[in-house]
Parts: sequence; structure tokens; C-alpha cells
Amino acid sequence: MAKQTIIPFGPQHPVLPEPIHLDLVLEDEKVVQAIPSIGFIHRGLEKLVEKKEYTELMYVTERICGICAFGHNWGYCHAIEILLNVEVPERAEYLRVMWHEMSRVHSHLLWLGLLADAFGFESLFMHCWRLREGILDLFEKTTGGRVIFSVNKIGGVHRDVSPEMLLEISTVIAGMKKEYDELAKVFIEDVSVKNRTVGVGKVSKEDAAALCAVGPTARGSGVPFDIRSTGHSIYGKLGFEPIVEEGGDCYARALVRVKEVYQSMEMIQKIIAEMPEGEISVNVKGKPEGEFMARVEQPRGESCYYVKGNGTKNLERMRVRTPTNINVPFLVSALAGCELADVPVIVLSIDPCISCTER
Amino acid sequence: MASFKMGKMVMRSLFGKPATLMYPVKPAKITEATRGHITINVDTCIFCGICQKKCPTNAITVDRKGRVWSIERMKCIQCNCCAVNCPKDSLLMETTYTAPSAVKITDTFQGPPKEEKAPAAAAAEA
Amino acid sequence: MFTDFNLKVIEPTELVDTARTLKAEGYRMVQICATRIPDAYELTYSFDKDLELHHYRVILPEGKEIQSITDSYFAAFVYENEIKDLFGINITHIALDFQGGFFVTNEPTPWKDSK
Repeated sequence: MAKQTIIPFGPQHPVLPEPIHLDLVLEDEKVVQAIPSIGFIHRGLEKLVEKKEYTELMYVTERICGICAFGHNWGYCHAIEILLNVEVPERAEYLRVMWHEMSRVHSHLLWLGLLADAFGFESLFMHCWRLREGILDLFEKTTGGRVIFSVNKIGGVHRDVSPEMLLEISTVIAGMKKEYDELAKVFIEDVSVKNRTVGVGKVSKEDAAALCAVGPTARGSGVPFDIRSTGHSIYGKLGFEPIVEEGGDCYARALVRVKEVYQSMEMIQKIIAEMPEGEISVNVKGKPEGEFMARVEQPRGESCYYVKGNGTKNLERMRVRTPTNINVPFLVSALAGCELADVPVIVLSIDPCISCTER
Repeated sequence: MASFKMGKMVMRSLFGKPATLMYPVKPAKITEATRGHITINVDTCIFCGICQKKCPTNAITVDRKGRVWSIERMKCIQCNCCAVNCPKDSLLMETTYTAPSAVKITDTFQGPPKEEKAPAAAAAEA
Repeated sequence: MFTDFNLKVIEPTELVDTARTLKAEGYRMVQICATRIPDAYELTYSFDKDLELHHYRVILPEGKEIQSITDSYFAAFVYENEIKDLFGINITHIALDFQGGFFVTNEPTPWKDSK
């Protein structure tokens, strides 16, 4: 047996936007075991329920993550709406799903850029992020914020989108799709991309299921798990089918995301075409009582929002389980047996969002 | 050839305009909906204190006796919560951002004295 | 389906067996949530099968310890370490035990004295 060396990876590392620390146990160049440790940026957001009213928590949940902010807010709103027995108007549901799918496009483009950056393909990285800018501009035009929208409220949404604006979104997305075709081709066919991703960090379908992985990480290993396929909100009407790849390596995980961008773009066009007229919010009265767990499919995977109300304006407990939280065990399994040089790509392939994880 | 997969795109950006803005020199993109900073119309404000209560970051302080409304600009997160809850619609979200600063700024607005307002209200009732 | 909260309260001693049975039936572990209630802790274990959630609740009296479910669900180590650090509940036999060093907090077990 070769001599074992332990190499610390992170919390500060060029490939990591956020701090996660891994102790990599190496034999020569091979990683035999990886021990994760997180907890460098625990903010205690969940503990804020003791101080903030349930309506104020809206702004807290939104700031759990800087990329999938909308989904976090939506999940929390949905949980409270169930407790208060509120029926959200249909137009509000359509708008919410539209913004959520737009978030997915921008989150996946960001991730594809970061992946390109992880294996040193700088120009691809910059083009991904340039394209993403178009979506952020649309967000600013419709909600007023580029990343944090503050557009949701319990019982609906704050802002309506005019028909002209919807038309503009549709045109911008159609134009973006053409440019994205070129980028997607690079990710799917390019040799330098394939060299760094095919066969790297392989996890079988059985292992992914046993490790409870979620999101594109699980779907890249052939587990067809997607909360959207329950048809909640309006996903049932949109005829949603999850995208699944069988490879189980970094390439398969990238491919799932590449295809999901197309899928989301199509969904946005469908939502705009079918957008019903009507109210965008209903008045909400009362204080939440009882408990419920809402689930939303974030760009990174399933996330859960557990709320427990006791009939006062302060909730008793609010818990958020983010996708990265449950993908960490998957990461540990994917890292075992890989080469040291592939570690950054594998870590990135689960789309880690550590601030989400620690809340 | 693998390297020419994105040749067209690279050529376009080589001869096209840059995608980025020289920010401090050229102003940032601003849309009609942009949430920049909160302004107050102190003349219509009734100093009820709802905005202070609702503000998630406690950036707003309302002095009911002295009729002073103040906001800590660096604490404000532009969530528009105060403007939504304002009963008199005195608060407005402007589209321009607060200027960057090395110190924490607090903007204070002094409302008109109450004596002036009370007779006006009485006149309206009568 | 989306407005239900399927909850079943079980004894702390039944937990490990329940987890083992659920694993054999093909359930996926979703999350573990701890809540501070007067003189006790409420541990909610959520499992998912065919996109339907099932919650199992354990009421753990103050000062009692509970066994980890990491032998059936390895992924549970994330939550169990978190609960250990934030609530101070002693969870035994965790497959990957960080000995209270998972989350860095200013004061140890901040949730413990919240009620």
C-alpha cells in the first residue's frame, strides 16, 4: 500500500466561490477518501424566526442564496399560504413559475460558466456570463431587482408584467436561444470539455439514490427525481418531463443542465403564450397555525421549507433544507477514487452553494 | 476542429462592442422598475411609524414628537416593504442608486410642524 | 397531496428500526429537523417515496440521547452533526462524527436555551 498523504482543499481555493473545506486523503495522485467540513459561514437565519414576524421573514428567506433567491422566497410563501388556507390567483402562479424558470436559466448559465472556468476555458466562461446578463436585465425590468427581486408576497406577487413586457421577454429569450445554441454545442461536442469531464467523478444510479442526491446531480446519474414532475403549481399544465442522463459523470451532470436551459426557455415561451388575465394577489388575514413542509425544485435540486406556526405573528420554527445540504454526501462519494487534478471539477459539478447549506 | 466550435461567437465579440460598461465613467443601466433608493414626501407623511415597524433591517427611524423621518442608507436593502405598507403613499422608490460612500450615511427629513397641519385638518372637517 | 402533512409519532427506540424498514422499502431521506419545545426536543424525520412526503416524529426528553440513522441513510450525517452542534442533542454512532466541530458558532449550541 502506498503511503497516505492528507491534502487540505479549501476553504479558500480559486475554484470555490464559497468556503467548504475538504481533507483529501491521497495515495500517490489518487484520492481515496474525502472528509468534508462546512460551517465557516453559518449565519443563523433560522433563528431569526424568534425576532422577525412571519411577513418580515420573506425578506430573510430571499437572502438565503444570491442565485436562487426567488425559489427560496416562493417555497416559504407557499408553505405559509397553505397554513393560512390562501388560494393564489392563477396569474400570480404563472408569473411565479415564469420568474422561477428564468432563475433556472440564469443559474445554469452561471454554473456552465463556472465549470468552464474550473478547467481553464476562460472565453467560454465569459460568454456564458455575458449571455446570462440578458436574463438579469429582464429581471430588473420586470421586478426592479437583478438578483433579489422582493416581488413575492404571501397571497400572490407585488408586480404585474404588462403584455408589452411579456412580448419583450419572449423576443429576448428567443434571441438568446440562438446564441445559446452555439455555446451548448461547445459543451456537448468540444474535445477539451470532454477530456476534463467524461468519466470523471462517476457515481452509479444505485449510489446516487442511496445517498439521497437531488437535482441535476441525481438526474445526471439516472435518478429521475424532480419535484416539478408532481405537477405542483402550474407545472402539470405545462406538461413537464424531467431530463435524465445515464452517465453519472461530470459530463452527464453538465449535459442535464445544458438541456434544462433549453427546457426552461421553452417553458417560459409556453407560459407567456398561455398567461391568463386576472388578479395578481389576494388579501391575506390571520396568523399561521399548524405545520407544513413545502418543496420547490431549485436550479440545484429539491429544497424544503418547513414552517411551524403557533397562531402568533412569530413562527415557532422555520427550517430550510437546501439542495447542496444533501448533495454533500454525494460529493464525498464522487471524490473517492478520482485524481487530485479532477477534484475542482468534481466539487463544482454538484453546483455547491455553501451559504445556502449553512443558512 | 474543436477550437472552432465557438469561432463565430469569438469573432463577433472581437469586432463588436464590449459587453461591459465603464461603470463610474458611464452611468449604470437603469430601468423604470429599478429599485434604487427610498425617498419621502415629508409634507404628506403623518409620522405613524408603520415603516419603522415593518422595515426588515430597522433602517428607518421615525420620531413622532419631533416629526423627523430618517433612514440609514447603508442598512436599507431596497425591498420596497415600507413603500408598500405606507398608508399615505408618502414613500417612493426612486430608480437611481445611492452614491457609494466610505462612511455610513443617514438621511434625515424634517416634517412640517404639527400646529400647521392641525388647523388645516380641522378646516377640512368643518 | 400538496396540502397534507403526513405525520406519525414514534418512540425514540423505534427510530433505527423504522429507518431500516423505510430504506428497504425504497424511501429516500429528505431531511431531519429539530425543534425546541419545553423540556424536550422534537425531531422530525422526513422521507419521500414517489414524490410523497412522510414525516416521522420523535419526542426526545431533555438530556436523553438518540441513536443515529446513518447505518441506513449515510447522508443523514449532515443533519445529525448539525443538530448536535446547534441543539446539543447527543446523537450516538454517527458514521462521520465531527464531535461538535461541524458548525462554527460564537456560542455553543445556540438553540438549546431558546425556550
